[in-house]
Amino acid sequence: MMQNRVVITGLGVCAPNGVGVKDFLNALSKGDSGIQYFKELESLNFSCQVAGEPNVKETNLNNYFSNVQLKGLDSSGLIYGVISGLDAWKDAGLDKIASDGQPDWDSGILFGTGILGVDKFRESIYKVDEGNVRRLGSTSVVQTMASGISAYLGGILGCGNQVTTNSSACTTGTEAVLMGYERIKLGKAKRMLVGSCSDSGPYVWGGFDAMRILPRKYNENPKAASRPMSATASGFIPGSGAGALVLESLDSALERGTTIYAEVLGGAINSGGQRAGGSMTAPNNEAVQRCIGKAIENSEIKAKDIDAINGHLTATSKDPTEIANWIQALNLSGVDFPYINSFKSHFGHCLAAAGSIECVGVALQLKEQLLFGNLNCEDLHPEIEEFISSTKIPQKTIKKELNIIAKASFGFGDVNACAIFSKY
Amino acid sequence: MTEEEKYQKLKTIVQTYLPDDVGVDQINLESNFTQELNINSANLVDIVLDVEDTFDIMLENEDMDGMLTVKDALAIIDKKIAKK
Repeated sequence: MMQNRVVITGLGVCAPNGVGVKDFLNALSKGDSGIQYFKELESLNFSCQVAGEPNVKETNLNNYFSNVQLKGLDSSGLIYGVISGLDAWKDAGLDKIASDGQPDWDSGILFGTGILGVDKFRESIYKVDEGNVRRLGSTSVVQTMASGISAYLGGILGCGNQVTTNSSACTTGTEAVLMGYERIKLGKAKRMLVGSCSDSGPYVWGGFDAMRILPRKYNENPKAASRPMSATASGFIPGSGAGALVLESLDSALERGTTIYAEVLGGAINSGGQRAGGSMTAPNNEAVQRCIGKAIENSEIKAKDIDAINGHLTATSKDPTEIANWIQALNLSGVDFPYINSFKSHFGHCLAAAGSIECVGVALQLKEQLLFGNLNCEDLHPEIEEFISSTKIPQKTIKKELNIIAKASFGFGDVNACAIFSKY
Repeated sequence: MTEEEKYQKLKTIVQTYLPDDVGVDQINLESNFTQELNINSANLVDIVLDVEDTFDIMLENEDMDGMLTVKDALAIIDKKIAKK
């Protein structure tokens, strides 16, 4: 059976350290942090009062939504997702289908989220509890259903292929990329707009604060708070936003003569079954290693071909375990280990949006041949430094020949995804 | 409130829900909300809520069923105001 090669032809992003690909690239290159202190979190008695939230205040939402859609719009994840998705589509040189036109049967949407429209849902809950259900308005459903994001994007663009939403906690974004990739590879679609989004605010972040897995000591020093791979890492910084990529068959991209950022070589998705050390919140190490191994295998590369890794690396005490899993899966260590970075040092852990925002960053690394530096790991964790050379963990952005980058995301529920990208 | 004032207020409400390719000048007394103004039928619910807020009245589900045109809406508003 003929299988299509799949390439990335458009990018869009709403990240805490940059809205739009240009600002995002600039921030990652320069090492600008998007973590801020939020007075609201302090007044609500959060232990962790810093977070990463995209600044869309200066974005003209009229460029993305119709006036009717803007009325009563109170779903931050939906806003980030639509901005990044439409930006990616435009970046790929693709147009919206006219409102009286035929759907584009060859283009689909696979855009994930964890929970959508919590602020809208809160408003609805208050009205229902007051016995005022008739006053909810017409959009409380579409702004709060998980698939609201794919439904909005599909409708605005006029996509006629599969339009759906996936959800697998912090694996969501990378999983969406791989699910879209497979659809194109198998010839079921020519183009898939893939990505994910995550709402901002205390109702999303509160549950993590309650689990005591967020740092408490950096409220006065937000930019130092997110510390992947550091000896003083004490938890992840919650974030939000959206990342979007247009995946396209190589044939279609060449036919259109559009810019190609990178190629998706393959990847793997699995679960540790919440067995053998795996649980709702912790990964089964064997599953992580198998996921990475399978991704390498079905991308038809060798472990030593990987020039760089973009880790999940959230800045909890589990970072050394992730590194150990990479070492085991690749059978490489010391100076032979690939370069590794975590963009979470710049913008925290954007939860369901993390994987897609970070995949956008990986595609930019391949296109620009830049390896973005890690922030806040000047004090590398001893259990990391013991096994891989510190020269492989750059603290400043460096110009580098990069051919293949592996990207992994892991999530609650003991789920894993690993995608392999190459320079085109 | 004169009939003209009511009409202008209703027009302002309806305007919000027009698709981007339908202009406010296309609204007249005979306009059918969904057939002629191309308003999404789901948004009729929002028009009803805005009408309630603007005219300080409450519409029943049956009122909404009979509200096909701008003229229908004005008649229902008149009836509700008269009953207040």
